[in-house]
Amino acid sequence: MPNTKPAATKARDNVISQTVATLPPSGIRKFFGLLSSVEDVISLSIGEPDFVTPWHIREAGIYSLEKGYTMYTSNSGMPELRQELASYLELRYGVSYHPEYEILITAGSSEGLDLVLRAIINTGDEVIIPDPCYVAYPADVILAGGAPILVPTNEENNFVVRATDIEARITKQTKAILLGYPANPTGAVMSKKEADAIAELAKKHDLLLISDEIYARLVYGAEHICFPSLPGMKKRTILISGFSKSHAMTGWRIGYVAADRRFTQALTKIHQYTLLCAPTMTQMAAIEALRNGDGEVEKMVQEYNRRRRFMVKRLNEIGLPCFEPKGAFFAFPSIKATGMNSEEFAEKLLLEEKVAVVPGLAFGPCGEGFVRCCYATSLPNIEEALRRMDRFVRKSRPRSE
Amino acid sequence: MKEIFKILEQNARATPAQIATMVDKPVSAVKKIIKQAEKDGTILKYKAIINWPKLGKEDIQALIEVRVTPQRDVGFDAIAERIYQFPEVYSAYVVSGTYDLALLVKGKNMQEISSFVTEKLAPLERVQSTVTHFLLKRYKENGEIFHLPKETNRRLPITL
Repeated sequence: MPNTKPAATKARDNVISQTVATLPPSGIRKFFGLLSSVEDVISLSIGEPDFVTPWHIREAGIYSLEKGYTMYTSNSGMPELRQELASYLELRYGVSYHPEYEILITAGSSEGLDLVLRAIINTGDEVIIPDPCYVAYPADVILAGGAPILVPTNEENNFVVRATDIEARITKQTKAILLGYPANPTGAVMSKKEADAIAELAKKHDLLLISDEIYARLVYGAEHICFPSLPGMKKRTILISGFSKSHAMTGWRIGYVAADRRFTQALTKIHQYTLLCAPTMTQMAAIEALRNGDGEVEKMVQEYNRRRRFMVKRLNEIGLPCFEPKGAFFAFPSIKATGMNSEEFAEKLLLEEKVAVVPGLAFGPCGEGFVRCCYATSLPNIEEALRRMDRFVRKSRPRSE
Repeated sequence: MKEIFKILEQNARATPAQIATMVDKPVSAVKKIIKQAEKDGTILKYKAIINWPKLGKEDIQALIEVRVTPQRDVGFDAIAERIYQFPEVYSAYVVSGTYDLALLVKGKNMQEISSFVTEKLAPLERVQSTVTHFLLKRYKENGEIFHLPKETNRRLPITL
C-alpha cells in the first residue's frame, strides 16, 4: 500500500512517466534499510514460506533442465499443466475451466494481477479494494490507469470486507471488486455467507470480481470459498492463483489465471507481448506439484497450524490482542495498547529487541494500530521472538496503567 | 492424538504446555495422553540424535544380511530373538527377498564387528550364512540428514 504522501517530485522531469513518478514507494522501503543495518534479527516480517520447495518438485525442475526443456512453451502455458490445473480446480472446488481457452499460466500470480488490471481498466475506472490489503493491489490499479477505492475493514469484522460497505462505494465508474482471501496481511478468511453476499452484489451491479486466491490452500479449520464456484459467478470472476504459497515455490515465479475466455483471450494478448510464456522449467515443476504434491502441502499446512496456534495464543497473552486468523501465515495483532503507532512500534521493536514485524500502515490506513507477524518460521524462532516482544511490551506500556 | 506424537517425534523436548497450544487442547489432557502413551509403550523412549563424528567418535556400523532356518511353530521369532538380544545389534528386521534377517550392528571398530559375526552370529545353530556390509558414510538417519551445510537464511529479511 503506497503511503498517502506523494513521492519526491524531483523525478517529474519527463524522463519518468508521471504515473510512475508520482506512485508512492511501498510503505516499508524505509524499514527495509533499517532492517538490513541490524544484525541477528528474528524476522517475522517475511511474506513467504520458510520451507524449501518439496524435493520431488525441485527434482522435476532439475529433470526438465537435464532433458533440455529450455525453449519457450505456448503463450498460454504447457497444455499438460493447464489440463492438470483444470482437473485440480474441478476436483477441489467444483468449478470447471476449459484447459485450452480458460486458463493462462503466468510468471507468478503477480503477473496475473497486472495482466487482469491492464486488460479490464479504462482510464478512470474504479476498482474497489478492502483496506488493509496486499501492497500491490492499489499500486497495480494505479499503474493500469485506474483508481483504487479503499473500503475500510476492522477487527470487529475480523478484517473481512462487508458487502454493504462495498455497495456504499459503488459509482458509475466502478469496474471491479478486487479481493484476496485468505488475506495478506491479516490472515482473514471469508465465510460462505460473506462471500455469497458479495457475489450477489457483483451480480446486482454487474461488476467484475477479481479474486486473488493465492493462499487458498493455507486455511485452518475453515473452508476456502472459491469465488468462481459460487452460483452464477464463474463468468464474472477472474481467479488468480499460483504455487508460491501452497507449494513453497515463491522463487520459481509460477501462477495462473482462470476465467471466462473473453478475459483469458485479452490477458493472453498482453502476456504474449510482454512475457511470452512462464519459465519452462518452472512449468514442469508445477505439473509435478499438481500431480504429486498434496501430501507435502498437507504436511506444511499442519506445521503452519501448530505455529499459528502458538503465536496467536502468545500474542494475546502478552497483551497484543489478536483475532484468530484462519488463513495464510499471518497474525495481525493490535498494538494500540502500547500507545505507539505501527511504524514506531516496529522500529523500536527492531532496534531494542531485534525482532522484525511489518507495520500495519504499510497495508493501508486501516492497518494502523496493527502489525503483521508471519509465523512461517521455525517454532523456536517464534518462541524467542515472542519472548522478546513480551519484554518489549511490558517495558513500553504507558505508565498510566 | 496422533498430532501430539508427531510433534514429540520431531522434538522430544516439546513441553506439554507448548504441545497443548499447538494442538489446541488443554494442558492436562495432553499430559494425560503422554503419560498413558509412556505407560502403554506407544512412546518407547526419548532420545537425542548425536552427531558423533563431530566429536571425532564414530561407531563402526554394518548391515548384515542373515539367512536362517525358521523353526516349527515359532518361525523366525526364536532365532531372531537369540540374535537381537546381543547388544551389538542396533536394529533387527525380518525381510522379504533373498535373505531373512537384516541387522544393523554397531561396534567401536571393525574388529569388534568382525568378532561379533565370526564368534557369535555365524556359529548360531540356525544361521546358514551371513553377508556383512560395512557402512562407509552416513547421509541420512531416522529422517535426519547428516553433513548438511549450516543452514543459511535464504530468504530476504522482509517481503510483502
